[in-house]
Amino acid sequence: MQEIQSLIGGFQVALSWFNLMLMLAGIILGVIIGVLPGLGGANGVAILLPLTFSMASQPGGTTSAIILLSCIYWGALFGGAITSILFNIPGEPWSVATTFDGYPLAQKGRPGAALTAAFTSSFVGALVAVLLITFMAPLVAKFALRFGPPEFFAVYLLTFCAFVGMSKGSPFKTIASMMLGFALAAVGTDTVTGQLRLTYGFMELLRGFDFLIAVIGLFGIGEILLTIEEGLEFKGAKAKLDMRVVLDTWKELPRYWLTSVRSSIVGCLMGIVPGGATPASFMSYGLAKKMSPDGPKFGTGMVEGVVAPETAAHAAGTSALLPMLTLGVPGSPTAAVLLGGLLIWGLQPGPLLFVEKPDFVWGLIASMYLGNIVGLIVVLTCVPLFAAILRVPFAIIAPVILVICAIGAYTVHSSMFDVWMMLVFGVMGYAFKKLDYPMAPLVLALVLGDSAENAFRQAMLGSQGDLRAFFSNALVGTITGLALLLLFWPLISKGLEIVRGRNGSNGQGA
Amino acid sequence: MTYRLSFRSRLAALAGVLLTAMSVPALAAWEPTKTVEFIVPAGTGGGADQMARLIQSIIAKHNLMKQPMVVVNKGGGAGAEGFLDMKGAKGDPHKIVITLSNLFTTPLATGVPFNWKDLTPVRMMALDEFVLWVNSETPYKNAKEYVDAVKAGGANKFKMGGTGSKQEDQILTAAIEKQSGAKFTYIPYKGGGEVATQLVGKHVDSTVNNPIEAVAQWRAGSLRPLCVFDTQRMPYKEKVTKDMAWGDIPTCKEAGLDANYLMLRGIFMPGGATPDQVAYYVGVLEKVSQTPEWKKFIEEGAFNTTALKGKDYADWVAKNEQLHQNLMKEAGFLAK
Repeated sequence: MQEIQSLIGGFQVALSWFNLMLMLAGIILGVIIGVLPGLGGANGVAILLPLTFSMASQPGGTTSAIILLSCIYWGALFGGAITSILFNIPGEPWSVATTFDGYPLAQKGRPGAALTAAFTSSFVGALVAVLLITFMAPLVAKFALRFGPPEFFAVYLLTFCAFVGMSKGSPFKTIASMMLGFALAAVGTDTVTGQLRLTYGFMELLRGFDFLIAVIGLFGIGEILLTIEEGLEFKGAKAKLDMRVVLDTWKELPRYWLTSVRSSIVGCLMGIVPGGATPASFMSYGLAKKMSPDGPKFGTGMVEGVVAPETAAHAAGTSALLPMLTLGVPGSPTAAVLLGGLLIWGLQPGPLLFVEKPDFVWGLIASMYLGNIVGLIVVLTCVPLFAAILRVPFAIIAPVILVICAIGAYTVHSSMFDVWMMLVFGVMGYAFKKLDYPMAPLVLALVLGDSAENAFRQAMLGSQGDLRAFFSNALVGTITGLALLLLFWPLISKGLEIVRGRNGSNGQGA
Repeated sequence: MTYRLSFRSRLAALAGVLLTAMSVPALAAWEPTKTVEFIVPAGTGGGADQMARLIQSIIAKHNLMKQPMVVVNKGGGAGAEGFLDMKGAKGDPHKIVITLSNLFTTPLATGVPFNWKDLTPVRMMALDEFVLWVNSETPYKNAKEYVDAVKAGGANKFKMGGTGSKQEDQILTAAIEKQSGAKFTYIPYKGGGEVATQLVGKHVDSTVNNPIEAVAQWRAGSLRPLCVFDTQRMPYKEKVTKDMAWGDIPTCKEAGLDANYLMLRGIFMPGGATPDQVAYYVGVLEKVSQTPEWKKFIEEGAFNTTALKGKDYADWVAKNEQLHQNLMKEAGFLAK
């Protein structure tokens, strides 16, 4: 129970008026950063890092500095969902999976419900992760050390497998889309050989295709093109605009407790490992679709389809701070910038940080509780406001979205080339929709293809090309086995049905 | 952007270097008239990024510049993105870049049309040391024991983890192999912190991490330093662990492994910078290196504090380009 004492000490550090003000400021800034596509949490924190430098040189100031920066991070995690739901434009990579059901919900006239579900489950995911950090930090850090290249590849494989077969259309279209994603992910520098690939002498292609630009184009621009074709109006305009929608949605949410629990576990694992919030959200959505009784209806606007990715993303985003604090390894790009901040302030993240700077660590952990509560209150009170945006006529909002998309695409690398790429991806997104190709596999392959390939080749280097590396110990064997089980689940469940003589249920309830 | 200027810009850069060398006593008459862009040819959170953001913070805190400075990461293509951006900004005095060894290794390994002579050297801030690390649960007490074990184990049995491919860590690994006759399997990772953790988790057998990348795990007792790849021991006497300071780590040469390698942490301007402009940035950076914040950072990261400017700096860079050319040629890392 030593942790509880330390935590109370942490609350004493974090609960000053000054720190609470910083929390509020950080959350609001973070939400804005999260809403703007392109300006991700990592960029936002990096831009504000120098401001904290003089703050951190005062006694006790490092805690205030990390509170400000981490609250920007929490805010960005909350904010990413807003544009996903309202306009089908993910503000952050980890909210791509939120668009799958969040946007259809908004179109059905329930943007408030989608937003409330997203924010509330974000909060739940974060809370689970903070509890984990509070009580199990040293244990969990040891677990993360067991992850080498084969284990990482197994985790990525599991993400892909959890996702494959979830689209209703032709499996060949899914595969074509995913392979295109892998091809795009291969452009740029290859980490394992240090060579440039598929750049054909174009210097603009050196850095490869950024996931964010592809997503802004495919989803955002593609959606606008479709809407223009189908008639100039958004269908979500009939939304009710009062706070009752929050309470109504809250009444519905406890039904999805199983999805919440599952998604929190997936999220925490992916954050600690560290796989990151984006794969966590995809994996969690895929699992929910496979395991929920309402699975087949996913994609048409199910609240559960919003709960799953948001819970996992926020759980992963929060628990990503754990390997940063205990091992000095960032679990996400934003955590990498925070880590740099710690070093600049003269703190040394690593196994001894909990021993040497208990005030700082427990102050930060306490601020995670407080920051997320503050964040939830801030975003929930704004739900009617956000939903009201959909009442603005399309003719006015569409140009605004286009401009925001273009600015977002430009911000990622300060490059005009990216804005043109965004438009190309937009046309591609339109064509995909028209031809009924699923976009999610492409996005998933683009965001994880590179990491998965690296992990696979690192593992193969280490084992001298022996594929048994993926079954060489209980941990990696279990993950790989689970991945294969998920991949072949449709076949296995069919087989089971035949064995049962078609007497059992339809095999989706498991 | 155009890439046809290379010969002319090289000449211009050379001229710039010579002018810089001659103009050391000149008063800094020039000053930036708009925001200065500080390019980091690497991703956020890495060693170069940390140093750039520290410099930016110190400048802001002590009001060393009238115009603001923004840090911009252009890490695509192992830094080629940032370097090509600098090359295209010839004559623009509102841009500076911080470099690491990829100043040499990226053009050599990938054939990207860029050379340090496209830039104007401003000032070397420090050199980063490299240390040979093993997991503390292994029995190796010094570099010789370890290298002997690697040789006895047979080719490719021991894994060396490092950052990136055909960059500093792998070049140093190749130098160790050449010196000792041992043969490692080199496994490239994306960042130094990740490499250190992989060693703690015993997924690799050794690393050549920079001090700052591995110090936390050393202090926690998970890693053991065997030797430092420098000609002399690091000067830092303050105890980092219970019984060891950075200065207690023997040089690899003392330990019977004659290899040394240091990584540049230096600042450049685009080609065609005037002596006034260079002198201005040299002045600002000198003031940065006098601040207590900078000194603390340098000591905690156990950097080699060599700082050069003007012709000495340009000569050092030219010498190191040759060194990299030779090392990479021997290792077979040059672009074909």
